[in-house]
Amino acid sequence: MADATNTLSAPVRGGDERRTMIAFAVMVAIFAVAPSVVYQIFLMNVLCMALFACAFNLLIGFGGLLSFGHAMFLGMAGYVSAHAAKVWGLPPELAIASGTAAAALLGVVVGLLAIRRQGIYFAMITLALAQMVYFFCLQAPFTHGEDGIQGVPRGKLFAVLDLNNIWVLYYVVLAIFVAGFLLIYRTVRSPFGQVLKAIRENEPRAISLGYDADRYKLLAFVLSATLSGLAGATKAIVFQLASLTDVHWSMSGEVVLMTLLGGMGTIFGPVVGALVIVGLQNYLAGFGQWVTVITGVIFVVCVLAFRRGIVGEIAAWWERVKR
Amino acid sequence: MTEIFGVPTQALFSQLLIGLINGAFYAMLSLGLAVIFGLLNIINFTHGAQYMMGAFCAYFLLQLAGLGYWWSLLLAPLAVGLIGILIERTMLARLYKLDHLYGLLLTFGLALIIQGVFRNQYGSSGLPYQIPEALTGGINLGFMFLPKYRAWVIVASLIVCLATWYVIERTKLGSYLRAATENATLVQAFGVSVPRMITLTYGFGVALAALAGVMAAPIYQVSPLMGADLIIVVFAVVVIGGMGSILGSIVTGFGLGVVEGLTKVFYPEASNTVIFIIMAIVLMIKPAGLFGRAR
Repeated sequence: MADATNTLSAPVRGGDERRTMIAFAVMVAIFAVAPSVVYQIFLMNVLCMALFACAFNLLIGFGGLLSFGHAMFLGMAGYVSAHAAKVWGLPPELAIASGTAAAALLGVVVGLLAIRRQGIYFAMITLALAQMVYFFCLQAPFTHGEDGIQGVPRGKLFAVLDLNNIWVLYYVVLAIFVAGFLLIYRTVRSPFGQVLKAIRENEPRAISLGYDADRYKLLAFVLSATLSGLAGATKAIVFQLASLTDVHWSMSGEVVLMTLLGGMGTIFGPVVGALVIVGLQNYLAGFGQWVTVITGVIFVVCVLAFRRGIVGEIAAWWERVKR
Repeated sequence: MTEIFGVPTQALFSQLLIGLINGAFYAMLSLGLAVIFGLLNIINFTHGAQYMMGAFCAYFLLQLAGLGYWWSLLLAPLAVGLIGILIERTMLARLYKLDHLYGLLLTFGLALIIQGVFRNQYGSSGLPYQIPEALTGGINLGFMFLPKYRAWVIVASLIVCLATWYVIERTKLGSYLRAATENATLVQAFGVSVPRMITLTYGFGVALAALAGVMAAPIYQVSPLMGADLIIVVFAVVVIGGMGSILGSIVTGFGLGVVEGLTKVFYPEASNTVIFIIMAIVLMIKPAGLFGRAR
């Protein structure tokens, strides 16, 4: 993926740091003000998918690992979180935490298997294991098959914040997104993130320098799975629903698309991609199957002509202007 | 009624037959994937959609031109193969210098487009396709009833697979192909046009998928999503077998079909997942796949 990730593989300079911080502040400000103009539920969907895409981007953009089964973490966490809130009667913070923990556990198991192969095989293995999780969710009694878990209570966060108030709910979701986003940003900029990039660029050399490549890859995989789970668990509480849609392979494809469209390996790309794709789906909901076709067309166009993605192209254009 | 391990033999043999049929399709599809991957280094995600297009092609030929099953066996792979060649020339060819994962993403997008368009036109429910007259009815083998068409599918797919193996492993053309897989630049230097070979190989792999689609049409219904889930199972088959060997893909395909059929008899709950479980076990023991070369 060298071509797509060049934009960020250069060492980050001071000016870049400042620019990123400004962009981050602008993004948070926009999301903080937006609900007074845009439908809150739509925005929360964007935030959940954006966190999901950012978690996915951690793996592909910085670890060079293309997972084609990330829906399993999103969906599984959603089911566990919904089950915990509805059947066990846990408060929302514990429901989300248990969903996230379930995704982390699943991430360890899948990660241990998948990192045994690289490149295309890695993608196929994650896809196949996700399909297995899908069939499990279809048959297991606690997921209620085709119906999913409906009517999940939102409850009170820390027994104080009533999530049935849409405004409270919105800012809680925004806080979760920002926390996840900052964690990913911090990870990418840490020595751990640098080693991950080194492994992506040249694994044998990284190993010869004494880095345990498999351990780094597994850690990145589990972190990505956990944050995807956080997104899924939050989504289940927001929509009061956990369903098969979130475990299906088309969801795995969607997150790849969001990241590709926004810009793989860029910090803000996945957020932009999620905004565009969720907006598109919302807008085109009445057109039935044409949404699939349009999704496919965007895939093809991105791969053939637009590999840096929206944010990547803007960054490249900025570099050219500066010179 | 006779029983084996507490299961009536009738049920056992009929599931075994279904397993062999599924295995025949796994083998043909994974063979096509392996041939394409060998030369192009691309995992063809459109394979399932192309299998579906083969079945639809047979349906159209019958409805619009009145051409029956036997003509379809010839014409559908040709037509879908040509479309494949067009895709390779106009799109895939631009990606060879990039990371292989882009090929996967492109073909995934193409699969979404093709399946979406067909679903818009024909809905999700299947269209019926009649078994050709010569192959209707069945033979009573004494211990079970064998429908002729199913026997034909198993035999025909075995012949196709073995013919492919023969061409690749035993002919001059196949030796070029194997050489180009090892070192394309060197083969090019000997005056063989590698780009043309790549195009034809992709066309051939796609045609194989379409042929499988035509053969599947009378068994499963012709439906836009018939290849969508199948392709994921075939990916698992490919991971289990490893893509290094042609015979390996054939053996793994048929073998896993049979295993899946047997699971349906003894533990039906796991029949959807058994192939993925086997994949996980193989990955733990032999990451390169049963017939794969470690690299």
